[in-house]
Amino acid sequence: MTKYKTHLLVCGGTGCRASASDDIVENLKQELENKGLQDEVQVVMTGCFGFCEKGPIVKVSPDNTFYTQVKPEDVTEIIEEHIIKGRQVTRLLYKDPKKKETVADSKHMDFYKKQIRIALRNCGFIDPENLDEYIARDGYMALGKCLSEMSPKDVVDQIKESGLRGRGGGGFPTGLKWEIAAKNEADQKYVVCNADEGDPGAFMDRSILEGDPHAVLEAMAICAYSMGATKGLIYIRAEYPLAIKRLIIAIDQAREYGLLGKEILGTDFEFDIELRYGAGAFVCGEETSLIHSMEGLRGEPTIKPPYPAEKGYLGKPTNVNNVETYANIPIIINKGANWFNKIGTEKAKGTKVFALAGKINNVGLIEVPMGTTLREVIFEIGGGIKDGKKFKAVQTGGPSGGCLTEKHLDTPIDFDNLIAVGSMMGSGGMIVMDEDDCMVSMAKFYLEFTVEESCGKCSPCRIGNKRLHEVLEKITGGKGEMEDIQRLRNMSNVIKDTSLCGLGQTSPNPILSTLDNFYDEYLDHINDKKCHAGQCKDLMTYFVIEENCVGCTACARVCPVGAIAGEKKQSHFIDPSICIKCGACEERCKFDAIIVK
Amino acid sequence: MSSIKVKIKEKDLNTIKEICKSFDNKPGELINVLHKTQEKFGYLPAEVQEIVAKELNMSVAKVYGVVTFYSFFTMTPKGKFPISICTGTACYVRGADNVLQEFKRQLEIEVGETTDDGKFSLSCLRCVGACGLAPVVLVGDKTYGRVSPEGVKEILEEYKEI
Amino acid sequence: MNKVKLTIDDKQIEVEQGTTIYKAAKELGIEIPTLCYMNLEGLNIENKPGGCRICVVEVEGRNNLAPSCSTNVWDGMVVNTHSMRVINARRTVMEFILSDHPKDCLTCPKSGSCELQDMATKLGIREIPGQEYAEMSTYKTDFSPSIIRDLDKCIMCRRCEMMCNEFQTVGALSAFHRGFESAVGPAFEMDLEHSSCTYCGQCVAVCPTGALTEKDHTRDVINALSDPTKKVIVQTAPAVRAALGEEFGMEAGTLVTGKMVSALRRLGFDYVFDTDFAADLTIMEEGTELLDRITKYLGGDKEVKLPMLTSCCPAWVSFFEHHFPEMKDIPSTARSPQQMFGSIAKTYFADKISTKREDLIVVSIMPCLAKKYEAQRDEFKVDDNPDVDFSISTRELAHLIKEANLDLNILPDEDFDKPLGESSGAGVIFGTTGGVIEAAVRTAYELHTGKKLEKLDFEQLRGFEAIRKATVDFDGTPINIGIAHGLGNARKLLEEIKEGKSEFHAIEIMSCPGGCIGGGGQPLHHSDSSILKARSEAIYREDAGKPIRKSHENPYIIKLYEEFLGKPMSEKAHHLLHTAYFDKSKKIEMS
Repeated sequence: MTKYKTHLLVCGGTGCRASASDDIVENLKQELENKGLQDEVQVVMTGCFGFCEKGPIVKVSPDNTFYTQVKPEDVTEIIEEHIIKGRQVTRLLYKDPKKKETVADSKHMDFYKKQIRIALRNCGFIDPENLDEYIARDGYMALGKCLSEMSPKDVVDQIKESGLRGRGGGGFPTGLKWEIAAKNEADQKYVVCNADEGDPGAFMDRSILEGDPHAVLEAMAICAYSMGATKGLIYIRAEYPLAIKRLIIAIDQAREYGLLGKEILGTDFEFDIELRYGAGAFVCGEETSLIHSMEGLRGEPTIKPPYPAEKGYLGKPTNVNNVETYANIPIIINKGANWFNKIGTEKAKGTKVFALAGKINNVGLIEVPMGTTLREVIFEIGGGIKDGKKFKAVQTGGPSGGCLTEKHLDTPIDFDNLIAVGSMMGSGGMIVMDEDDCMVSMAKFYLEFTVEESCGKCSPCRIGNKRLHEVLEKITGGKGEMEDIQRLRNMSNVIKDTSLCGLGQTSPNPILSTLDNFYDEYLDHINDKKCHAGQCKDLMTYFVIEENCVGCTACARVCPVGAIAGEKKQSHFIDPSICIKCGACEERCKFDAIIVK
Repeated sequence: MSSIKVKIKEKDLNTIKEICKSFDNKPGELINVLHKTQEKFGYLPAEVQEIVAKELNMSVAKVYGVVTFYSFFTMTPKGKFPISICTGTACYVRGADNVLQEFKRQLEIEVGETTDDGKFSLSCLRCVGACGLAPVVLVGDKTYGRVSPEGVKEILEEYKEI
Repeated sequence: MNKVKLTIDDKQIEVEQGTTIYKAAKELGIEIPTLCYMNLEGLNIENKPGGCRICVVEVEGRNNLAPSCSTNVWDGMVVNTHSMRVINARRTVMEFILSDHPKDCLTCPKSGSCELQDMATKLGIREIPGQEYAEMSTYKTDFSPSIIRDLDKCIMCRRCEMMCNEFQTVGALSAFHRGFESAVGPAFEMDLEHSSCTYCGQCVAVCPTGALTEKDHTRDVINALSDPTKKVIVQTAPAVRAALGEEFGMEAGTLVTGKMVSALRRLGFDYVFDTDFAADLTIMEEGTELLDRITKYLGGDKEVKLPMLTSCCPAWVSFFEHHFPEMKDIPSTARSPQQMFGSIAKTYFADKISTKREDLIVVSIMPCLAKKYEAQRDEFKVDDNPDVDFSISTRELAHLIKEANLDLNILPDEDFDKPLGESSGAGVIFGTTGGVIEAAVRTAYELHTGKKLEKLDFEQLRGFEAIRKATVDFDGTPINIGIAHGLGNARKLLEEIKEGKSEFHAIEIMSCPGGCIGGGGQPLHHSDSSILKARSEAIYREDAGKPIRKSHENPYIIKLYEEFLGKPMSEKAHHLLHTAYFDKSKKIEMS
């Protein structure tokens, strides 16, 4: 990296690539060549910068200028102005919506200010397809340290002392898990990386793999050393082609450099990694399901114990951690457990990556210390609610989590606090909702997901979730009765209490938390047959406002079911018994004469 | 009762055999084998599953059990341009369902179906990790961000002539 | 093994470490209800998916309820199997299961012996909340020659899947789809007829609901019995008499031979015969074939196929036709007793009573469901008229008897009719694992050595061990015998033969646990393996009490050869009593 004076870092995360960041890279390279600057300026496609809302991102290093929403055609201007003339292209800089002024350096943006990037430390800084860049940022130093200075037990102790807990949802202490796997003797042990990110709304694992694949490989090797394993497996979603590609490149490079394979770094430590592909089953995020899936079976969970650390892949001791957990490992080894355990709260050390999405200004991937409050995340980092609307709820933990409200905003985020308020950390999805979101529909949305993703092995999850969904359908369909609430509660509690695996044990959470926090909204649906958010179609009625209607007949002509009657130039009328609430009339009316209530 | 016959083209048979062989014909590699096979054929019809079962020396019932467990595997051919609508939470909150309904209306098919001309098929997927662009639609490998119901027609137009 | 102390429902108990809560509770006399858990002790058959969640209990210090079937005890554990939390959960889960289950109990073939129905009663279920708008999962019903699959009634206990795959290694069944849509069935949800199913019926034997039942032929039997133009005769398999009593409240292992005969006679059968007669005939043919092969082998013939495998079990025949077609010339060519009986009945006996073949209806009472399939195989038909017209199971017979207002408990003992009702003790033991080979040894020894056996009970061939090996001294010639019950165990022996490692001269194979006494058509054992053992003991008791205990001494068998067949393996015998096997494995064809 030394020979170039300037680097142009272009975000190569999935979001930015979807907005043509590939073309930006191409154009930049072409333009630099045109100007004869190809030996002075290097274009690097990096992993995700996190600020997806403003993507595609182009960052200039070393001056840290942060260009947002760059289009391929902006490239000429960036080269001519910034690179050649040394002048920032102001129109592409980030504008602080509060102060109404441009901020060039990402360090000074609200979005980044409160973040501490540990797991994401290299994302957006290095070319993930180039091992030298990883090494230049202390890559594989931790593995070297482990192999040369530390015994396997030392490694386990460090991780235990660091207080790191699993980032996949459960929050189980990582060091303890490693210790159990290390203690179980066997002729073969396995280290598994769970990269089957299934929470619909979380994409941190993907971003890490796309932006910093070697961090995961290095961590797996360290784990293997600590427990005496020689084989590693990464179970990755087949729907993540870019992450797969970068992992394959990274594994090849690591083998070439002697960082995987036999006699790693000149020692007698041996370890290699293979990929296994998921095939679209959320339940495979559960570790026993994941192991069965890797064995070529239906991804059904089995009862624990035995835990994978005793009997895992092919019946051998197996350690399973998720991507983000592994991404924390090398830096803990490098900087020491005491550096890491000073970050965060009493019971939750370090940081957590969240995928911030929904009705929020700054959609993106963020990493904050444990203990940061929801308010800080949503209103400072996230920049508040989109279009100036009112905050209504934030959903954390995906389908296993719950919807939290205004009164929870000052809760410091950690595993236990979120559970205490009826939600969950989960893998780190954080969906913000505003006044237009119906919370009953939201619960229904998650249940639909669980019904689809239930493996079917145990009765409460297989049938119970379906029944929960049906009751919610009934309520949003305007047929709800008060006794349904009691039924929802009882079924939810029993499903949680009796389901075999984590999926069913948490699937009713979206219902229970909305019942707790938005009880009135359920009552509105049941008693008044009203959905004030305007999302439940069956509870809406379309009206013609007589005084606005000019009788142009446009609405009647567009109505697919002939529900609108009225003479030309006279006020029209919608027959609610025929109306299918498609909204076509409202869309067509130029006089705001049709409203929905 | 005579034996059950499975009919298949010789070329296809050899392709499947090679795929299985590349995984040492191990039953534990079933999912990898199915991934590769679906990559080649676009879907996993019954005949293909029969041969995979035979090659991996496992029961075809188990193969079918695995194929139907995972939503990534399909037994019906996809359209020339497979359309996937992200129904992850971020996209849902930003109106993915309305987009989905519009695709269904325009193409006159349900999710999981393919248009009669074999051109488009419709499916839902969970979070592609482009939540900043929600709602997101994929046509083949191409990603469309911030799609509105009104934009559906435009997307389809792009592929009408191809 | 270390012992651990725990408390269940305020009662203290000490059990071995590694015991489940379920088993520990059972030791205390607490029956925790379950729908999916099944354990046939002593047979190494256990189904423990932890899926039904009916057996949940409350464990102090644990957040959620624990499935007792698959949670091991620990020292100091405190368990409550009936707290209100548990009772509410159990009932709610039961309501879930029932909400996705048809309510046609009145006409369901499982009614009265359905574990789900019993559970609903036990848990006091009176209504299913929300049933009006609860969607039910539906599938098409499969009517195979032996087994009816009505997956609408499947509760995903996975017992059938376990039996089919782990115990039988047939692999016809697997769970498919996921979530609410999931059920267990053959690939592509096709009919069993197009799968590798052997119709062993073990899936039916363990199904807790009406999802898997036998194809019912009782109506056909009633029709035949009501037709004045037909002579209807019946044969009863050996295992039936050792189990039928259970359907009438008798203790397992009660022999009801004489009562069964009198019930059949009262039902209106023109002649009540015994499949045991045909079992003796089988021994004459199969035993001779075995001796023939061994003699050739000892004479240096390298072509002769050894070991010889028995062929009485139709599920086993289907198994090797599907899975080991390359070995189809190893089993004996002798037909099964059911089919030998049919063949002799419709020739020799039909002649004797001057009845035309088509006017003679042969009904068989079998402990087996594969027999239904076997009876309709093309090889066993003459001009499309089957040798055995209808095969009904022990359970179906019990229904017929009850329907006729007969109570087996108070019926007198009667004898079988002659000539096809006379049998030796050797014919009786066909009903249990090891019995066929013991019967064969009794005859083969005497025919080979010309000496009289001093002791007829070959204890080394008996028992419930999965695979048994024994060497019988044929007067200086050691004959190695193998026995397997369960097709998975049979597979192991077949693999050995395939690899040329088999040391046996003869192998007996029965598909069902314990042999025919544990057949798919028997009264349901409800996962109590002591029932199977009691039936087996009953069979040996019947043998011990018989005046004639060797097949070749059965006077009516001797007469049959004299009058009709000539000698064993004669051309006529070959035509009527032997068969051929077919390759039924899947064939891949190029197009």
